[in-house]
Amino acid sequence: MSENGLLLAIKNLRVVFYTEAGQVRAVDGVGLDIQQARTLALVGESGCGKSVTALSILRLIPDPPGRIAGGEIIFKGRNLLQLAESQMRNIRGNDIAMIFQEPMTSLNPIYTLGEQIVEVIKLHQRLKGRPAWEHAIEMLRLVGIAEPEQRARQYPHQMSGGMRQRVMIAMALSCSPAVLIADEPTTALDVTIQAQIMDLLKELQQRNQMSIMLITHDLAVVAENADDVAVMYASKIAEKAAVRDIFAEPLHPYTQGLLRSLPRLGGKRRRLEVIPGSVPDPLHFPTGCKFHPRCPIGHADPRCQQVEPGLLEVQPNRWAACWYAPGYEDKINEK
Amino acid sequence: MTERLQKAKKPRHSENYWLNVWSRVRRNRRGFTGLCFVGFMLLVALFSPLLATNQPIVCKYQGKWYFPAVVELFQSRGTGPHWINKSPPFNLPQFDAKHQLDPQAFAIWPLIPYSEYEQTANFLSPPNRWHWLGTDELGRDLAARMIHGTVVSVKVGFVSMGIAALIGIAVGALAGYWGGWVDIIISRIIEIVICFPVFFLILAIMVWLEPNIINVMIVIGLTRWTSIARYARGEFIRIKGQDYVIAARALGIGHLRIMFRHILPNSLAPVMVSITFGIASAILLEAGLSWLGFGVQPPSPSWGNILRTAYDSLGVAAYMVYPPCVAIFLAVLSYNLVGDALRDAIDPRLRKAA
Amino acid sequence: MFNYIVRRILIAIPTLLGITLVTFVIINLAPGNPAQFQAQGIMDTRVSIRVYEQLSKYYELDKPIHVRYVKWLGRLATLDFGDSMSTDRRKVTDKIKERLWPTMSLAILSIGFSLMLSIPIGIYAAARQNKLFDTLSSTILYALYSVPSYVMAVPLILLVGVQWDLLPFQGMVSDNYGQLTAGGKVVDLVKHYTLITFCFSFGAWAYYSRFVRQNMLEVLRQDYIRTARAKGLTERRVIMRHAFRNTLIPLMTLLGLLLPEIIGGSVILEVMFNWPGLGRLFFESMMARDYPTIMALSFVTACLVLLGTLLADLSYALVDPRVSYD
Repeated sequence: MSENGLLLAIKNLRVVFYTEAGQVRAVDGVGLDIQQARTLALVGESGCGKSVTALSILRLIPDPPGRIAGGEIIFKGRNLLQLAESQMRNIRGNDIAMIFQEPMTSLNPIYTLGEQIVEVIKLHQRLKGRPAWEHAIEMLRLVGIAEPEQRARQYPHQMSGGMRQRVMIAMALSCSPAVLIADEPTTALDVTIQAQIMDLLKELQQRNQMSIMLITHDLAVVAENADDVAVMYASKIAEKAAVRDIFAEPLHPYTQGLLRSLPRLGGKRRRLEVIPGSVPDPLHFPTGCKFHPRCPIGHADPRCQQVEPGLLEVQPNRWAACWYAPGYEDKINEK
Repeated sequence: MTERLQKAKKPRHSENYWLNVWSRVRRNRRGFTGLCFVGFMLLVALFSPLLATNQPIVCKYQGKWYFPAVVELFQSRGTGPHWINKSPPFNLPQFDAKHQLDPQAFAIWPLIPYSEYEQTANFLSPPNRWHWLGTDELGRDLAARMIHGTVVSVKVGFVSMGIAALIGIAVGALAGYWGGWVDIIISRIIEIVICFPVFFLILAIMVWLEPNIINVMIVIGLTRWTSIARYARGEFIRIKGQDYVIAARALGIGHLRIMFRHILPNSLAPVMVSITFGIASAILLEAGLSWLGFGVQPPSPSWGNILRTAYDSLGVAAYMVYPPCVAIFLAVLSYNLVGDALRDAIDPRLRKAA
Repeated sequence: MFNYIVRRILIAIPTLLGITLVTFVIINLAPGNPAQFQAQGIMDTRVSIRVYEQLSKYYELDKPIHVRYVKWLGRLATLDFGDSMSTDRRKVTDKIKERLWPTMSLAILSIGFSLMLSIPIGIYAAARQNKLFDTLSSTILYALYSVPSYVMAVPLILLVGVQWDLLPFQGMVSDNYGQLTAGGKVVDLVKHYTLITFCFSFGAWAYYSRFVRQNMLEVLRQDYIRTARAKGLTERRVIMRHAFRNTLIPLMTLLGLLLPEIIGGSVILEVMFNWPGLGRLFFESMMARDYPTIMALSFVTACLVLLGTLLADLSYALVDPRVSYD
């Protein structure tokens, strides 16, 4: 992996939610690295904690009921979790920006698109009035919206989902952030629009040399767009590697299961593979390795049932959290 | 491995919709308090002749047992068991006198040993040992009148909203189910009726009628059906589109049966909320009407006309103001609490499970 | 936008006709033989035959019903409500005209005050959800909301008016109003307005506050609020510019809905405070069995309510961009 430079490092992040039914550890000791001008994909099923991880970077976790319970998020030499709120506000939308899953509801219905983009421009840059408006229109043009001058005066309900997501991207990028967090940006859109949006993001990344943290559950999107991949399961990272390595030789049984379950064109017609069982209830995580009840290797193994494997770098830039990952035993013995 | 994973969880209890609603209401502390007070009011109203009357509940006089207040309870509630004796009135001072004549005499008196109509000599007296809330300008015990006024409020609340509910549900069901012109016309009517301030409308009709409790109940019922109708209509429209109704139609089931048996039971939840708030408003309206003099007429007690007397004698009888105010406030408050608890309990999230 | 306004006004016209129809129906509630109704104990025995005859003449009960309705509509259009049957025998229209302003001023003042006071409370309570201010104000507001206006009025009059003698509670002006200076007149008016305006408005105030709080909480849960925070806006800006503007919109329709309640409550309050408004006129007319005035008042108030609702809907259209382009 080329050393583009580590831009944002998450270390040992823990986020807890306090609910009526008890305490939920949504994120438990997660560590991630985001390199400059590269895309990190954070993959996992619904409920594994990936969105919470993303929201924690900008400290947008609703408190109550949630709380960041520990860890560090180092960005440009500072620990974001220790900054004052006013300092965080300077970073939001400015150095780190975020776009969300539901473009239909993520824009305020009573303001025009132009007004909403101008708002963030005025906030973080020294532009006012006419120049700010021009910049907003430029951004709309950049994301591929035709006739941006007219569109800027329109309201969200007058646009389609794909266009709204473009507007969200325009808004997020208007202050040229170093990191863009994209939380399932295309899940709510049609497949053809999906491709357009992902292409747009790639193009903008190239232009601005921006890092992207892409949250998704869609492995196809990962294959096409990511440079590095982190697989998350039940509040922990199961495996981390560069994208080619993950797809060529997945080390963790969960990743293997995910890849096996992708339908393939051509070849023999077989039944679709599934990972048996379902994602565990966060209030009642299994003991030991959280994946063991569904794991072909671990479900009968006493060690997997009782002791949770930590995330270790079993090969250069390949991390896995599984007793049976190749190189794992050696790594333990090394210590 | 598959057998282990397929171990299903058996449901622990019945998932009946209304049981769910009830348990949710019970858990809501405020709503439950409101419900308790409503129950308390109902009990007071039901047993009012036992609580405040000038007859003893049970007494033994000259060797015979009498149950005057109990008899009065049954008689005022419609029936009368003939085999229990009720002798000529045993008013308190008289009974003391009789007690001197017959030392064996013994009685258990009701909590407030005065009737609501009985006039004594100490009028306009503030609360004291004999009259816990004081007396009014004719010497009638205020506590007794308040207790019997509860009967009025409870009756008006339930009966008038019963009428309103019947009309409202019928109208709303028709509008919601048939749609089209019927719906347009009915919605117009509802819009028009809503334009009239309720009090003005009720008074305008009461001006032709004899002011008594029955007419009050009818008129309130005839004017307060609109919000119930709207909820019923909304529910019918919503449920009409559900699959089980379409399936019923496909089976050839007639309209009336579908409306009554399939849609109506499922539509009741928001309607119940509306009815609960309606009871609070009916109590308010009756008290207001009685205050103005167009509701329950003296000497019959109603919280409204007790308040009126208090208002008329503000300078000299300040103590009279508080009991009716507190009573009306608590009654309205508790129905509001129950209504809110109901509304929270029939949350749409719960409905999806139904 | 213009289409919307025009359409909305057009829809109001059949409602207006409907109001006239309902009023007409109520007027004709006592057709036929009053003696018969009295015998059945349904109609009030105080409706004497003489009164009935006067009514018959005024409403031309001998003519067929549709003719009567049309003629009555014609009279309405010219605002001719006939002569009052009270002892003063004046034109009903005049009586209403002179009582209109005292009631309308109360309605406007109470809506205005309750709006102004409730919005800050509602926003603050929502912003500091479940903290002390919120729980405390929620409880107090809930209690206030459950108190009917006259139940609040009587103890208030007792304490403030009688026992502590702070404010007057009878009439709109004092007896010596004519001799006061201009400044004195203003002070006198304000003093008289205070108690009754409070009684008129506290219910609406409690309701609005709770509504604003409730609505703000819902709005604050929306995705676009999360987007606004992700843009780096201060919490205050998020609440005022993004959340509150969205709450303002349903608040407008609420105004129209509460208007009939406020006007309806005027009867008891105006009698209690001896206030020379429409409500007390209604009461006096009821006592005197002055049917033309009663009918006229019902009609006028219904129209006022219709007007209020119309204005509320129109202002809604002005504020919510989603509506304009329908």
